[in-house]
Amino acid sequence: MASVTDDDLKQMSQDERAKALGMTTEQLTGKSLYIEFDPEATERYTYPWAYDVDFNKRTEIDTDDMTTTEVNIAVRDKMKEGYGTIVLKNPRGKHSLGVGILNKLNLIIDGSCGYFGVGLIDGPNVRITGRVGWSCGENMMAGTVVIEKNAGSTFGAAMRGGDLVCKGSVGSRTGIDQKGGTIIVGGETGALSGFMMQRGRMVVCGNAGKNLGDSMYDGTIYVGGEIRSLGVDAVEAELTDLDKAWLTRKLTQYGLMPDKGVDHFTKVVAGKQLWNYDNLEPTEKKLIL
Amino acid sequence: MAGTQYRGSEIKDVDQFLKDAAGLESEREKEIGQHIGYRYDVNLVPDYDRITPFLQKYMEVMGWDDLNWLEDVHMGYEEGAPAVFDRNNNGWVRVPDSIELPDNQQDRDMIARELLIKFQMSDRHPLVALRKAYMKF
Repeated sequence: MASVTDDDLKQMSQDERAKALGMTTEQLTGKSLYIEFDPEATERYTYPWAYDVDFNKRTEIDTDDMTTTEVNIAVRDKMKEGYGTIVLKNPRGKHSLGVGILNKLNLIIDGSCGYFGVGLIDGPNVRITGRVGWSCGENMMAGTVVIEKNAGSTFGAAMRGGDLVCKGSVGSRTGIDQKGGTIIVGGETGALSGFMMQRGRMVVCGNAGKNLGDSMYDGTIYVGGEIRSLGVDAVEAELTDLDKAWLTRKLTQYGLMPDKGVDHFTKVVAGKQLWNYDNLEPTEKKLIL
Repeated sequence: MAGTQYRGSEIKDVDQFLKDAAGLESEREKEIGQHIGYRYDVNLVPDYDRITPFLQKYMEVMGWDDLNWLEDVHMGYEEGAPAVFDRNNNGWVRVPDSIELPDNQQDRDMIARELLIKFQMSDRHPLVALRKAYMKF
């Protein structure tokens, strides 16, 4: 692998590159790779391929006559030039704006976005001054996204990390299949929020619709208002001092701290009574034997 | 961490899964021969009084007010050894024996976060080769 140069790789097809880098010959044994950390690893804070951007270097892009692809390529080109703060003007509800940014960056979208805005991001801080459509922040890995107005359904679907904040209200199925990170809703959330949630935290300052946390495997949901109904296997739990400290810090950070504090929040977790996928396992073993 | 509830049993000791790699507690776990659930508390929120200088610097570089995605990173235990799950390569990365483990989960989690960042940002991370092989644009 070490003998193959980058120039050699550029001449190869994808299959050839994969073989040359040893990827199709490695044995995958078990679920763990068991690489060991190198305690002497260089202290670096960004990915090796990340653009070196400066937050103090600012630029604007007028997206009025551009397609989504053109906008997203323009953002990447600006990052290449070292711009660390990019403002997108006149987004006019375009879909899929700002997706797949794997870099530190301040991205300001001055207006509203359509569907699938800022999905798959890993690192940037995004502020959207308007509204967003369905699935904002889907599969988000890291960074912060703050929406000043309302958001559509499936807000933060399959989210894995970072903070996704909507200061207004959101639609149904918020954080469906959430695998990590924090979703904060300043207003209300719709039905089936936290459906099949697996990890992470969701904070709803207002009311939550019916079937909250239905079939959640793990994770925590905090609700400041009324819960219309809990979903299957979602149960209330004790709000600890660590929970209160965390809630206070996060909500203060985004200017959403209620006047009456956080003591009134209800904490919802998985009852874990549906974790029965292993129940049949002994039976299956017997059948096979 | 000690006393943290998880399904069917309780993590009584921060070293539970170092002393007993299998960690079979309940009757059901013994019956199927495997531990059910995580070997650490996935819902444990970080104690920022215990943050390390490296992590503080990382937050500053990224422009974050807190640990952001690292709030979900904990030190886990695989086959009796301390390890951290790296979502970018979908596998566990072992903590070397040379690193002395603190006596509480919060400090261990901070070490795990620091090691994971150093590894993910290094040239020896599998993503570096994967990008070379498969990146389309």
